[in-house]
Amino acid sequence: MPKQILLYAVVMLAAVPRGALAQTPQVDPGTTGPAWSPYLVGALIGVLSMLTFYFSDKPLGTSTAYARVAGLVGHLFAPRHTDALPFYAKKTPAVDWQVMLVAGLVVGGFVAAWTGGEITGRWLPPFWVERFGESVALRLIVAFLGGVLMAFGARMAGGCTSGHGISGTLQLAVGSWISLVGFFVGGVVTAMLLFYV
Amino acid sequence: MDKMDAKELPPADAGSKNQANQLVLGLLFGAIFGFLLQKGGVGKYEILIGMLLLQDFTVLQVMLSAVVVGMLGIWAMHAGGFVKFHVKPTRYGANVLGGIVFGIGFGLAAYCPGTSATALGQGNFDALAVMLGMLAGSYLFAEASGWIDRTVNRWGERGELTLPELLGIRPVVFVPLLAAVLVLFLVAVDFQIVPRL
Repeated sequence: MPKQILLYAVVMLAAVPRGALAQTPQVDPGTTGPAWSPYLVGALIGVLSMLTFYFSDKPLGTSTAYARVAGLVGHLFAPRHTDALPFYAKKTPAVDWQVMLVAGLVVGGFVAAWTGGEITGRWLPPFWVERFGESVALRLIVAFLGGVLMAFGARMAGGCTSGHGISGTLQLAVGSWISLVGFFVGGVVTAMLLFYV
Repeated sequence: MDKMDAKELPPADAGSKNQANQLVLGLLFGAIFGFLLQKGGVGKYEILIGMLLLQDFTVLQVMLSAVVVGMLGIWAMHAGGFVKFHVKPTRYGANVLGGIVFGIGFGLAAYCPGTSATALGQGNFDALAVMLGMLAGSYLFAEASGWIDRTVNRWGERGELTLPELLGIRPVVFVPLLAAVLVLFLVAVDFQIVPRL
């Protein structure tokens, strides 16, 4: 009997997203708003951050994970050089809690989009195409460059939109509030130049 | 000899087991975080760039709701002795410069470090370029870390400074006050009292 219930649950879980997809074949997921209320989602992220503080003694944050993985990759190609960098003396290149957190983000994003019928499966966001055309290479170059600058800036500032923007600000760290303002000043000016000039 | 081993092994074992548990917890917390971010719509390119173009305030609503709930929860838990704070050091120069550099990257990519992982799970493949850029940018920062430690990081270094300390207001007063201000701000944005461009 428990097996049948389990099987039923699995079948239902598999059927729900298909049903959702079938109902909205015309609507582009990029153009729809959030599936859930942003206030509810935000409140739940607040609760989640309480859980990570309590159970893992860690604030939610993602950018250091990229630095650790970059160190692992660097270690693969230039072990002695990577070990000699002062940065990696403090942040050991290893798969830690935060690297797993980022891996989890991909999984969670997939599950949420799948259950909501919002899987996009494309290289170009429609809003980008409207402005810059169909070149995938252009988008990837700009996105890569954006990633480079974000990682460099996050390491200099000491965190990103989650580490400073949520976890740091809720602990009322002065540097986190300053960094958050910097993120949005730089982001708004750059986006306005890209799309409105 | 046997007795000594018996005494010394359990803690070492418990330590590695605890570490493995933490990796699993990290993945689990990450999956929940990613699920929530996607449901909140902040894995979508259009919603993220909409924030930076000041057209769509979903990102602001998610972030500030998380800060309000997380702040009240974590400061209460801290007062009860359940959690430790992890306040990042305030460095005025590095926070401002790093924040703006991050912001420029944010404007180019539109996905931030956490939401790019979520966006990838959702099927926005251009987020992969952002993540690769993050790896490259992190390594680039590690290359420059010695120089940055000697220069930018020394400009306006203030240590683990919090807003209540800076302003000389007791946290028990400051935390509820800031929560109220943030809620009022969210209400103002919701009713479009804050002008939109």
